[in-house]
Amino acid sequence: MWLINSSIGRKLVMSISGLGLILFLTFHMAMNAVALFSGEGYNMVCEFLGANWYALVATVGLAALVVIHIVYAFFLDIRNRRARGNDDYAVRSKTKVEWASKHMLLLGFIVILGLALHLVHFWSKMQLTEILGGHEALVYEGLVIAPTNGAALIAYNFSQPLIVVLYVVWLAAIWFHLSHGFWSALHTIGWNGKNWIKRLECISNVYTTIIVLGFIAVPILFFVQSLMDPNFVVEYIKSTLG
Amino acid sequence: MDKNISFTLKVWRQRGPKEKGAFETYQMKDIPGDTSFLEMLDILNEQLVNENKEPIAFDHDCREGICGMCSLYINGHPHGPATGATTCQIYMRRFKDGDTITVEPWRSAGFPVIRDLMVDRSAYDKIMQAGGYVSVNTGGIPDANAIPIAKPIADEAMDAAACIGCGACVAACKNGSAMLFVSAKVSQLALLPQGKVEAARRAKAMLARMDELGFGNCTNTRACEAECPKCVSISNIARLNREFLKAKMKD
Amino acid sequence: MSKIDSKIPEGPLAEKWTNYKAHQKLVNPANKRKLDVIVVGTGLAGASAAASLGAMGFKVKNFCIQDSPRRAHSIAAQGGINAAKNYQNDGDSVYRLFYDTIKGGDYRAREANVYRLAEVSNAIIDQCVAQGVPFAREYGGLLDNRSFGGAQVSRTFYARGQTGQQLLLGAYSALSRQVELGNVELYTRYEMLDLVIIDGRARGIIARNLVTGKIERFSAHAVVIGTGGYGNTFFLSTNAMGSNGSAAMQCYRKGAYFANPAFAQIHPTCIPVHGDKQSKLTLMSESLRNDGRIWVPKKLEDAKALQAGTKKPNDIPDEDRDFYLERRYPAFGNLVPRDVASRAAKERCDAGFGVNNTGLAVFLDFKYAIERLGEDVVRARYGNLFDMYEEITDENPYKTPMMIFPAIHYTMGGIWVDYELQTSIPGLFAIGEANFSDHGANRLGASALMQGLADGYFVLPYTIQNYLSDQIQVPRFSTDLPEFEQAEKEVQAKIDKLMAIKGTRSVDSIHKELGHIMWDFVGMARTDASLKTAIEKITALEKVFWSDLRIPGEANSLNIELEKALRLWDFIETGKLMAYDALNREESCGGHFREEYQTPEGEALRRDDEFSYVACWKYEGEGKKPELLKEPLNYEYIKVQTRNYKS
Repeated sequence: MWLINSSIGRKLVMSISGLGLILFLTFHMAMNAVALFSGEGYNMVCEFLGANWYALVATVGLAALVVIHIVYAFFLDIRNRRARGNDDYAVRSKTKVEWASKHMLLLGFIVILGLALHLVHFWSKMQLTEILGGHEALVYEGLVIAPTNGAALIAYNFSQPLIVVLYVVWLAAIWFHLSHGFWSALHTIGWNGKNWIKRLECISNVYTTIIVLGFIAVPILFFVQSLMDPNFVVEYIKSTLG
Repeated sequence: MDKNISFTLKVWRQRGPKEKGAFETYQMKDIPGDTSFLEMLDILNEQLVNENKEPIAFDHDCREGICGMCSLYINGHPHGPATGATTCQIYMRRFKDGDTITVEPWRSAGFPVIRDLMVDRSAYDKIMQAGGYVSVNTGGIPDANAIPIAKPIADEAMDAAACIGCGACVAACKNGSAMLFVSAKVSQLALLPQGKVEAARRAKAMLARMDELGFGNCTNTRACEAECPKCVSISNIARLNREFLKAKMKD
Repeated sequence: MSKIDSKIPEGPLAEKWTNYKAHQKLVNPANKRKLDVIVVGTGLAGASAAASLGAMGFKVKNFCIQDSPRRAHSIAAQGGINAAKNYQNDGDSVYRLFYDTIKGGDYRAREANVYRLAEVSNAIIDQCVAQGVPFAREYGGLLDNRSFGGAQVSRTFYARGQTGQQLLLGAYSALSRQVELGNVELYTRYEMLDLVIIDGRARGIIARNLVTGKIERFSAHAVVIGTGGYGNTFFLSTNAMGSNGSAAMQCYRKGAYFANPAFAQIHPTCIPVHGDKQSKLTLMSESLRNDGRIWVPKKLEDAKALQAGTKKPNDIPDEDRDFYLERRYPAFGNLVPRDVASRAAKERCDAGFGVNNTGLAVFLDFKYAIERLGEDVVRARYGNLFDMYEEITDENPYKTPMMIFPAIHYTMGGIWVDYELQTSIPGLFAIGEANFSDHGANRLGASALMQGLADGYFVLPYTIQNYLSDQIQVPRFSTDLPEFEQAEKEVQAKIDKLMAIKGTRSVDSIHKELGHIMWDFVGMARTDASLKTAIEKITALEKVFWSDLRIPGEANSLNIELEKALRLWDFIETGKLMAYDALNREESCGGHFREEYQTPEGEALRRDDEFSYVACWKYEGEGKKPELLKEPLNYEYIKVQTRNYKS
């Protein structure tokens, strides 16, 4: 019960679920990185994480983490607003603090929107389609793309400028969210001290940057290639069809 | 020597906790730069009394930055623009001729306004009563040097113990959280062997009281630390988290 | 003349307290629950007493005027607390602490009380460490000590420059624990306005709720006053804005003797007065004198140039600097007791050697310490004080010498108490700075904290039982008794009278005027004529107060002007009392310097044959001169000498 009733308990839930999600992002980023080098390799990963029982269990667990993280975020926010009271300062606070730390909810909201987009673009066409028994994710220029053909979906989606822009915005929001969230989560579970405070902030910034750069490399690289060669998408998809 | 300055002062006036407040504007003329901020308010109050008006109520006592009584939110900062200083340690030379200076009370649900700029911080006493002590009675104590304490530990405990209980951390926090205050005491006593004995009990009791009194959840924005007149570090909050979680794991 | 009985126990000095404790009457635990004690004040003395009495099982009601007990002005004490631990192996002992305190107090304190103070001093340190007070430590993990004004041994324990804060927070935490346990009821933002006496014994107080303005009654079997000193009579002092001597005055008016009111300590190291809008004077810790050297120019023309601003302090070469404390007192140098240092500064400034634009300041120079120790060491020792100085004065003390001047800091006088800390009213006790205490005519540095905590933790909890033991049959008092009604009526009438004046003068404007009278005529150097002038002027000011005061707002709600007015009324009375006492004491001793009584070298001239007594003043009614009663001081164990800090 103390995970609901006590403020540190609530924060612990935020912290653990957040760290879980960071861990997931790390794996996801590593997986994406494969696509940069080999579409074939990437598709092997996609197949591996398709509608298999272990992948499904992991997906459910992941979804649970996301839901808990979001529910607690609102839960905390409502309580914090109440604690703050109704009277706002006439002069807005001029205290110098990390911008992200004060806007975690807003950033989280952007992240959710991006996530929804991402689910539509990829997950619904891949794992969901498989679960529902479908055999095609998409038909592009007459080419049938299978639900396990993630590489083809990447090439398809990231040839569209709007999607690329949205992904960059989304990933930027994730960067801000994590730059505060990562060290803050460690701080909440009590890992901090006079000397560690700076180290943790540094580690958190570096780690977050690596993850986000890893993610962002995929849409950018594929978009650039599609710009340089108008036939790139079709050729690439063809190559994945073997 | 310091120059005299003239400026516009906007001060929050409020009769009581339930009544609506509003700003009143006063023109201050030729205030010497070596006047402290509170002395400047004294000058204004003297003027108000001479006009047969009620003076502005604000908390203050020692006027040397240690009692923790003064509590003004000046131009967007608890305790005004200086770092590591209380309101009473701010001097008017920090402001410029022609400035508009806005003075508000601490605003947080945990600190209801009593009158004007005076707020009720008795919640802090209640948190302390929940466990902010080592449970020893008077007398029957071993020699002070019986337990050696490493200097760095004693120094760190002193850093935390420097808290003056002014409430600037709550006033600065967008979440109205009292974590810096609570953690400073928990930390000080958890570091010292005398306080370690009941560290788990203390962390749980003080945190529970803080929650019960309606203070918010810490989201590590570090605004408290930035505004703390005694520069109490948020690493104390991490230690509180640790002490609390340790205690809960043991249960 | 009524006889004054100080109730000093029999036996040799070193055994008096042990004997007392062995033979005093005690109250059994079941009876303690039936006895109520009111403690007014939450400083070191009040908070430690309330916490200790609560822990023993008494039902305590504890009052303070601030929003929290932790705000009491004990919190501002910087330097440290003395104890006779002899941890430094430098020859300290209970006897030496006792001796130094008696000598420092210029032989005007009671031997037995001071010895007891020295005796319990060690237990205080133990107690505070057990509470988690983070005293400074050596690398070996043991407690660190430093030497402090007027002592030749290092016996001062400290917690950075915030010793008072840490000790008070220790007492406050013990108090908080008793509140949680239900043994102490806390009344914050309450101000005592009168003492209630039933059948000759103190039985309660009338207090005003400062938030609602409501007058309330509180009853108890005994009342303890721990409300601090009356230094704010001078308006400008190092005391907090709210510090006041009103509770003591209320007791005095009800028959408690007021002892040695003239003994006020002027602290040598304060930041000089800079303007007429100033509200208080800031103390720079006495510890600065450990490494700083005090000087003024040797040549008058240099002083004139400094006053005019045409020369900077660093323009004056070493050979033209007069390190007057080192010159006059070679043995103690810059570390002479406070009264001596203050007077020496005044002497130089009176002679025209003052160094700021008003001619009322001397230099405290760290140039030599920085040369000797390096800037880093100096920063580590005094950094926070230097920062504070720079914020206030806009001058960097690493580069240019600090300027300091004496200011009113502490009052040794106070309510007269016997060995049991009981006043001349049975059931009324006074502790800490509020009593006339153990400091005689001058208090040594780092001894105020010691005395406050000694009274609260280790003396009063014993002695009060001796009184309460025959009160166990007395049931709790109803506050509906006629004595309470009468007292409340009188308080109400007083407030109504103040509110009805509707004059033109603000409280502060009259208070400042009182302060000027006090500083000019009852200040560091007093004469027969100046004191008579002071009495005349204060009496005249009292008339202004009662005819021309203006208090806006209503009495039955929060009203800060009314609060201040009630206190000022008492300050005026205190001011007169100080002048009467100073006039009566035709000698110079400690903080009291009568110009008529000085040696050819300008040192204080004590007159032991005539004035070796405690002057106790008994209230004789409004507007009447109080009656003087004398408690003779007999020194059995110490040879009374002239203080000598020269060799």
